[in-house]
Amino acid sequence: MLSKSQSTSRMKLSTDKVVFFAVGYPLIAIFALFCFLPFWLVISGSFTSQREIIVSGFSLWPKEFTLDGYALSLANPGAVGQAYFINIIVTVTGTLSSVFICTMTGYVLTRKDFPWRFGFSLFFFFTTLFSGGLIPTYLLVVNTLGLKDNILALILPGVLSVWNILLVKGFMSSVPFEMTESAKIDGAGDFRIFLQLIIPVSTPVIATISLFTALGFWNDWFRATLFIDSPNLRPLQYFLHQLIVSTQAMRAIMDEAGIVTPTLPVESMRMSMTVIVTGPIILLYPLLQRFFIKGLTVGSVKG
Amino acid sequence: MSNGSRTLSFVMRQTKTLIRCRTLLLMLIPALALVIIFSYIPMYGVVVAFKQFNYADGIMGSPWVGFQNFEFFFKSGQWWPVTRNTMLYSAVFLVVNTFLQLVFALILSELTSRWFKKTSQTLMLLPYFISWVVVGAMSYNLFNYERGAVNSLLVGLGLDRIDIYGTPQIWPFLLVIFSVWKGVGYSTVVYLAAITGLDQQIMEAAEIDGANIFQRMRHVTLPSIAPTIIILFLLHIGSLFRGDFGMFYNLVGLNNGRLFATTDIIDMYVFRSLFTSGGMERGAAAGLYQSLLCFITIMIANFLVRKYDKDYALF
Repeated sequence: MLSKSQSTSRMKLSTDKVVFFAVGYPLIAIFALFCFLPFWLVISGSFTSQREIIVSGFSLWPKEFTLDGYALSLANPGAVGQAYFINIIVTVTGTLSSVFICTMTGYVLTRKDFPWRFGFSLFFFFTTLFSGGLIPTYLLVVNTLGLKDNILALILPGVLSVWNILLVKGFMSSVPFEMTESAKIDGAGDFRIFLQLIIPVSTPVIATISLFTALGFWNDWFRATLFIDSPNLRPLQYFLHQLIVSTQAMRAIMDEAGIVTPTLPVESMRMSMTVIVTGPIILLYPLLQRFFIKGLTVGSVKG
Repeated sequence: MSNGSRTLSFVMRQTKTLIRCRTLLLMLIPALALVIIFSYIPMYGVVVAFKQFNYADGIMGSPWVGFQNFEFFFKSGQWWPVTRNTMLYSAVFLVVNTFLQLVFALILSELTSRWFKKTSQTLMLLPYFISWVVVGAMSYNLFNYERGAVNSLLVGLGLDRIDIYGTPQIWPFLLVIFSVWKGVGYSTVVYLAAITGLDQQIMEAAEIDGANIFQRMRHVTLPSIAPTIIILFLLHIGSLFRGDFGMFYNLVGLNNGRLFATTDIIDMYVFRSLFTSGGMERGAAAGLYQSLLCFITIMIANFLVRKYDKDYALF
């Protein structure tokens, strides 16, 4: 009923609304297209022939449609495949362990019958205010822990997220403590209460932090830049970064020497590799977006 | 005597807690281990900034050199440009982004076409989900000298090419545009969620009382989402002296010296020190300087917000 009366009141638009819509719709539309344009250029570039790129540069629509870039990208599927494999391992193990540990910690820190919860919360929170910085972290991982060229160096430093613990804490403070209390009276242990009672009622916050954590691991290139030399351990983003840098260097050398090789589709290969690397995120995007917007409302449960 | 018995009863109480909450404490162990290893040990590791580091002796065994590394950093003539750039970029990103986010969120919340709102949000959020490496590929695609889309367009219009990767003056603008492009969608959706969560009755009441759409935004919507704005602002103020390394590294490049005057930030300076012989402890000195600046800024920001309204403070 309410929506009906609302829609009739909007039939007659007042002047302020006419002005508002006349400015608002185009403004948002332009910004949305501006956000999308670079994606389109990459996709279009990945299907454009090397000759066209050299003669007339990248453009909105390929005049000569070709799959050469993809063919070259996948000519040696081993390297991309290996990078995909590393990415999946790092993302899955990293996300599972991170979400489990952060959820468990967040739960313990909201337990009203745990008198030390404030002290421990402060211990975790302080790390968001002050950090040792890059060099001590680098030396710790490489020198003290000896994790150079070890896949653990891609996972372990990213497992604990204090922000996620805070998010979980915020959510769980709205879960009634009586749930825990009555389960205790029935004789359940703390860990069992967490596994069987708390996890099932916390799925919204778990979904949210899983999304952010998985995205972080999937898109990570920084840890690989610091800690990985071995080609077999390169994750996708780092693989792409090295490809971009090396083809750029190759092109600079060719340009200086005045060599033009329209036969080798280096430029479109770079673009098609970008598409291949970003593909899974774009394919999962509708799902990601839905969880993401849901997650925003999870955060506001806090208040 | 009474003092001793009080201590004894304190110890007994804590022991009782320890026994009663042993499972909870066990559940904290993984997180505690990780935070100690990856946050607290590096905090202690900042002592490397006061040493002459060599790998054989490690951080602990390397000889002390006092403030020599800091002296090098401050006398190198680089501390001020990198500090200034870091601070200015963060400040401009924050102000421009917050402004646009609020404008877009306010507009989106009032538009009536559901289809339009959904589609535009989808497109605006897209850049948030990709890494800076991919953005670097896109930027090269747009701006490189011979084949970039921008230069092809200029040539097509009969104008001269611009050597964008060799022109430092362009980059402050480009970096702000990239920051807007990648970040505005995300926070717009955050603000939009805050606005849609508001009590619709107040809005309707304002409308019935004759407020036009702009008055309603100014006097009802904005004040209602002020807490969200302040908290997000505060979170970012805390990183005023921490640059977005991924952005600068992937867009500008680590060693593109031609652009450094306008693009070098503390984080890049520290990162480069990893690849310079004898540079690591100097980098650590710059890093410690940065961490202290960050710590001080967030303390001041939080103090100010606390004075204004306790409920909005972070801690």
